[in-house]
Amino acid sequence: MHDKSVAQLVAGLRDKQFSSVELSRCFLDRIARLDSAYNSFITVDESAALAGAAAADQRIAAGDAATLTGIPIAHKDIFCTSGMRTSCGSRMLDNFVPPYNATLIEHFNRDGAVILGKTNMDEFAMGSSNESSYYGPVCNPWDTALVPGGSSGGSAAAVAAMLAPAATGTDTGGSIRQPAALCGITGIKPTYGRVSRLGMVAFASSLDQAGPMARSAEDCALLLNTMAGHDPLDSTSSELPTEDYCAHLNDSLQGLRIGLPREYFGEGLDAQTASCIDSALRELEAQGATLVEVSLPHSQLSIPAYYVIAPAEASTNLSRFDGVRYGHRCANPVDLHDLYTRTREEGFGNEVKRRILVGTYALSAGYYDAYYKKAQQVRRLIKQDFIDCFEQVDVIAGPTTPGPAFALGAKSDDPLAMYLEDIYTLAVNLAGLPGMSVPAGLVGGKPVGLQLIGRHFGEARLLNVAHRFQQATDWHLRRPATGEVA
Amino acid sequence: MQWETVIGLEVHLQLATRSKIFSGSATTFGAEPNTQASAVDLAMPGMLPVLNAKAVRYAVMFGLGIGAEIGHRSVFDRKNYFYPDLPKGYQISQFEAPIVGRGVFEIQLEDGSARNIGITRAHLEEDAGKSLHEDFHGQTGIDLNRAGTPLLEIVSEPDLRNAAEAVAYLKALHSLVTYLGISDGNMAEGSMRCDINISLRPMGSETLGTRAEIKNVNSFRFVEKAIRHEIERQSEILEDGGRIVQETRLYDADLDETRPMRSKEVANDYRYFPEPDLLPVVIDDAYIAAIRAELPELPTQKRHRFIEQYGLGSYDANVLADSRELADYFEAVVSACGDAKIAANWVQVELLGQLNRGELALGDCPVSAPALGGLIARILDNSISGKIAKQVFEAMWQGEGSADEIIEARGLKQVSDSGALEAMVDQVIAANAGQVEQYLAADEDRRKKLVGFFVGQVMKLSKGQANPQMVNQLLAKKLV
Repeated sequence: MHDKSVAQLVAGLRDKQFSSVELSRCFLDRIARLDSAYNSFITVDESAALAGAAAADQRIAAGDAATLTGIPIAHKDIFCTSGMRTSCGSRMLDNFVPPYNATLIEHFNRDGAVILGKTNMDEFAMGSSNESSYYGPVCNPWDTALVPGGSSGGSAAAVAAMLAPAATGTDTGGSIRQPAALCGITGIKPTYGRVSRLGMVAFASSLDQAGPMARSAEDCALLLNTMAGHDPLDSTSSELPTEDYCAHLNDSLQGLRIGLPREYFGEGLDAQTASCIDSALRELEAQGATLVEVSLPHSQLSIPAYYVIAPAEASTNLSRFDGVRYGHRCANPVDLHDLYTRTREEGFGNEVKRRILVGTYALSAGYYDAYYKKAQQVRRLIKQDFIDCFEQVDVIAGPTTPGPAFALGAKSDDPLAMYLEDIYTLAVNLAGLPGMSVPAGLVGGKPVGLQLIGRHFGEARLLNVAHRFQQATDWHLRRPATGEVA
Repeated sequence: MQWETVIGLEVHLQLATRSKIFSGSATTFGAEPNTQASAVDLAMPGMLPVLNAKAVRYAVMFGLGIGAEIGHRSVFDRKNYFYPDLPKGYQISQFEAPIVGRGVFEIQLEDGSARNIGITRAHLEEDAGKSLHEDFHGQTGIDLNRAGTPLLEIVSEPDLRNAAEAVAYLKALHSLVTYLGISDGNMAEGSMRCDINISLRPMGSETLGTRAEIKNVNSFRFVEKAIRHEIERQSEILEDGGRIVQETRLYDADLDETRPMRSKEVANDYRYFPEPDLLPVVIDDAYIAAIRAELPELPTQKRHRFIEQYGLGSYDANVLADSRELADYFEAVVSACGDAKIAANWVQVELLGQLNRGELALGDCPVSAPALGGLIARILDNSISGKIAKQVFEAMWQGEGSADEIIEARGLKQVSDSGALEAMVDQVIAANAGQVEQYLAADEDRRKKLVGFFVGQVMKLSKGQANPQMVNQLLAKKLV
């Protein structure tokens, strides 16, 4: 059962080939057996999962099932789950059990999906390698000496190692797409505002967006159908009606214009990765798409702009973690200042502290204009680049990352090298566009991803392109050896 | 040297919305600590603000009430600082693009004159919670019921010149916001809190002196006292050749003094930046026009109308137009009795007098406006005298019934029956032969004085119920 797609599992449950309890038990067993090698889960509550599965089975028996009823889903530990610890990968929230569900979790509950567990992640979603987690790094199932990417590294590894059929992630600067690429799975970051942010621990409010991570574009579409929608409790969520993201998966690519930004194929891109991307593009061309060279002239500014805006927002989003109401509190504070400084000193890891400092600096009196305001101006230019591009093309394509997964520890002491990992993904968040990563080949046995970028609210088109590509290729079906006895 | 005082006020006005500005929690005053604090108010992880549309509406009403420009695209900002009663570690406020821009506001001074005071801006923000330093054995308790209560911060120009003007400004503001129904204006419960910016400069100088800011003064009386004290303190320093330190001070009502809170030099850098969890508030002309069309008559307009329509003096008009409730009461009395001047007199002297003595609000008044109008009507139709009317009013206050019922029950109706009056007049003349002689011997001028004696005797005989006009006529006829 573990190697089936969500679409196949949906059919299997519907046809009573197996129950949700059997299905959930299968994945819970795999987690128990295999996850010590990957560390992809922070919290697994077996009895809660099985109770959810039993309820789903009743619903299926009663003929009251929604599409995802009974499907086990792993959730990034950034989404608040009522009664289940939500740590956000941080010591600060190691003891935090929310009394509420994120809207996204509510949507999955409404449809009867089973919460399999909470996946590991970079602390407060800050990182590109999943090495900043308080719960230790996640290892890449393709090679446990490699990073899985981040920050949704646990979700990516769990799906790649078939410990979950699908997972949720969040993407502030590439945190769905980059780990999806590095773990050989499919992930989509929807348009900013498409999925509610309520109950998702905030990193950078104007950039954060939740999305599905699964083994195929079709599976992502199935999950997105449940996840997307306006939330009156998230003022930044879009009121635009959602659509059936499965409806256009098989549309022809004939006449599709694909823009290839020359800035995404230049210096810094690994040659073998480039050749995988090139082959993938040829396949799309063979299906009738036209490849058009385009330019995103302000691309190189996306890193500096992002690393001002995201830390600025994060620096104040994380102010609430003060030891007063919930979460970590230092022992025996002598006064208020001591409570604040020791709680935050102990509760946050280095990468989080670095970003709080950077963000605080960027917003400070005398620096605001030079940093934050300037970065916002650059952000507008970057967005305009895309708008101009989309006058010529329907989707934009390129690599998700400069290269395949790197070794654990290789960049953890070099934040600037780590930040370069996101060079192709950041601009998409700055512009609020949907972007996805699709497995496009292996480089020395390590997966690489093709990134597809769409117009605002153009998720269906991206999923269509990805699905057609996956109909003609088998990269998304390749599996790492998970060290099990056959 | 002669010093001129320059005062600007920042008023934090609590808006009378039922729920908080960014959450659905109730805003009722005085609830058990932390019973009106939701996950949003507690800044639980992942919680997001949703703007209360009523708060926006109220702010726009205020803006239109002072003729200000309404921001068509106003933006919320985060004001960052750490404090235990500020759960998010930032306050959502408005910095660069407030919802209400520049406006002008007419205030009434004691001497009956009016002055225009400039309003710089007014912006929406959320209140913080409360830190409770007592009862926790050296620790601090936090009550977040107030956290997220909507505030409109109203910033005046430095146009005020003394304590009396500052108080007049606050009273006018109080009157305006209660007219608009956007705040209960209850200073004792903190619905209207005032920061006073105050500086002195040599008389005639155009440049502003260094100011001190007195924080969180919460009654008209304390505002007056704090300003008087601060003027004294600053002028003493300046007279001695010293310099004023720019600082935040606290008014201590018990000691009647201000003392420094914290120096501005070490004040926080609030790192304002646009709140990414909220979209800019876009207000179009149609929205503004709709609110404008629904605005009630405002205090200044009402004051002017009372003067014109009812011929009231400006003092009377000020008193009666001070609150919408009182103005409505007054107008209901007028429509019941038909005489605005007598109605104005009765409302101000008898009604407000009784309310003050009983420390009652107008809402608790036992005599309705139509009932008071009914009483005044009996004076106007000569059923009773003004003096008897006061007795009747007293009985009405005690709940003994309507004016007519009391007049009837107590037999207070004025005696206007000429036969009965004539008999009484005859009786008085017969019983006071000496005075009659004196009267008849006197000249015209003296007679006018002496006739009062006879009137008084008749009134006494009638227990005050004789119609004095008729008694006078009868006496003039008989004393010949």
